[in-house]
Amino acid sequence: MSEKTSCCKKGFRASRRTALKGIAAGVGMLALPPSNASASIWETFFQKNFRELSKEELLATLKRLEKEYSKEFGKEVKVKATPHIEGVTFGYGLDLSRCIGCRRCVYGCVAENNQSRDPQIHWIRVQQLDKEKGVDLAHAEQYYNPDLVPEEGHFYMPVQCQQCRQPPCVKVCPVQATWPERDGIVVVDYNWCIGCRYCMAACPYGARHFNWKKPGLPAEELNPDTHYLGNRPRYVGVVEKCTFCIQRTREVPGRYPACEEACPVGARKFGNLLDPDSEMRYLIENKRVFIFKEDLNTQPKFFYFYAT
Amino acid sequence: MKRRHVKLSLLFLGLAFAVFLFPGSAAAKEKYFDRSGRLIVVDEPAANLLRTYDIKDRPPEKQFPVPPAPFSEGIFPCSDCHADMAPNPKRRKLTEYHENIVLNHAEGQRWCLDCHNLNDRDKLRLVSGEVISFDESYRLCGQCHGDKYRDWKVGVHGKRIGNWNGDKEYLLCAHCHNPHDPKFKPLKPLPPPVRPDEIRP
Repeated sequence: MSEKTSCCKKGFRASRRTALKGIAAGVGMLALPPSNASASIWETFFQKNFRELSKEELLATLKRLEKEYSKEFGKEVKVKATPHIEGVTFGYGLDLSRCIGCRRCVYGCVAENNQSRDPQIHWIRVQQLDKEKGVDLAHAEQYYNPDLVPEEGHFYMPVQCQQCRQPPCVKVCPVQATWPERDGIVVVDYNWCIGCRYCMAACPYGARHFNWKKPGLPAEELNPDTHYLGNRPRYVGVVEKCTFCIQRTREVPGRYPACEEACPVGARKFGNLLDPDSEMRYLIENKRVFIFKEDLNTQPKFFYFYAT
Repeated sequence: MKRRHVKLSLLFLGLAFAVFLFPGSAAAKEKYFDRSGRLIVVDEPAANLLRTYDIKDRPPEKQFPVPPAPFSEGIFPCSDCHADMAPNPKRRKLTEYHENIVLNHAEGQRWCLDCHNLNDRDKLRLVSGEVISFDESYRLCGQCHGDKYRDWKVGVHGKRIGNWNGDKEYLLCAHCHNPHDPKFKPLKPLPPPVRPDEIRP
């Protein structure tokens, strides 16, 4: 190594340690938003976890988000944060004897919940299974595309977030960006999620989906009635999943989820498990009910049943 | 001597049968022949003895909020045409009108006027003879499809739209199932999801 001793003639004298400290500090400053960025970017950067926001902070956050989305999509977007209804635990029933695998629920969900069209994200995935083999996931086909459904000898099982009572995804999230709400819906705070995808690895149902790119959502297909924890447009690098249409079901009176209303054969049922008169209670008490991957003890609120 | 006794005893038996078995006061009595040929008369029909629910004080059928029945354009009210047509109860294949309606639903066992009311075509008829309106047609279907009817009343069969904790709209059976050809036809499925290796970066 040649000795470079000419460093101190013109420039300032700095030890290696000082130089490294300066470079590290400089790089650290790059992580902050630039000083000429709009106030909303600073607020987004310093926003707390949804559960820690005070009432005023929440309102300010919602207003800021509404402004951002309205600007991005060119139409009036509403973001609400409707709390859970007391005395309600949502349950979902899916009639395996009726589902014909038409995928109307998949696209109904996409239209209602503002999923990215390109790259494509579907919250519901329909598995085509053999009637003789039963629920044999090793031979399940989700890319089926015949001319007409249902195909002979097959039955269809749509899979979406099962809203587990012991959710493995919540257990593994390193930043607690996902949690189960009091009415049973497992939600994600898209502004807190760091995109590590541990929850996607933990979910046994493959129900969580990641935004690898900025979501491609055309403005004319946007549903402007959104919920903070539900169907508001997502960002690149966050995880999303079915939220039981939190923006519809938490209203007073609560509406049915979009997938239930899209189903042409009435294979989907939704209701309050705590209400003894609801259709959900009737079906879990009187029909043959099966839990998907019951041996994993996730205790989902999604019940597959046979009406016949 | 023996013959006269036999004749008299037969006559006596005949009279006894006539007195005890044929009068109108035996309206509620049921008669059975047991295996050895003996005649048994009981006061209550067996169906009444076996029934476990009350049919006299049964509450009236619950009304459900249903949208109007899905008639073809201009076909209802039927009495527009049928009011001045003589009703023809003869079972036959229709050739002049309604020949496009082909019954594919127990067609060997019944025909049009088993469900449609002969004298008032704006109504349907139940097996008991009761006449109901088209808005209550679920009662007609429920006569044979009782398990589906029970599930439909609770909300487990069929589609429901509206609010899960408020007003719901129940659809009539006929909204999904064509009563003359009820089996669902297969549909074209919507496109499958994009395979991961087909997602362009």
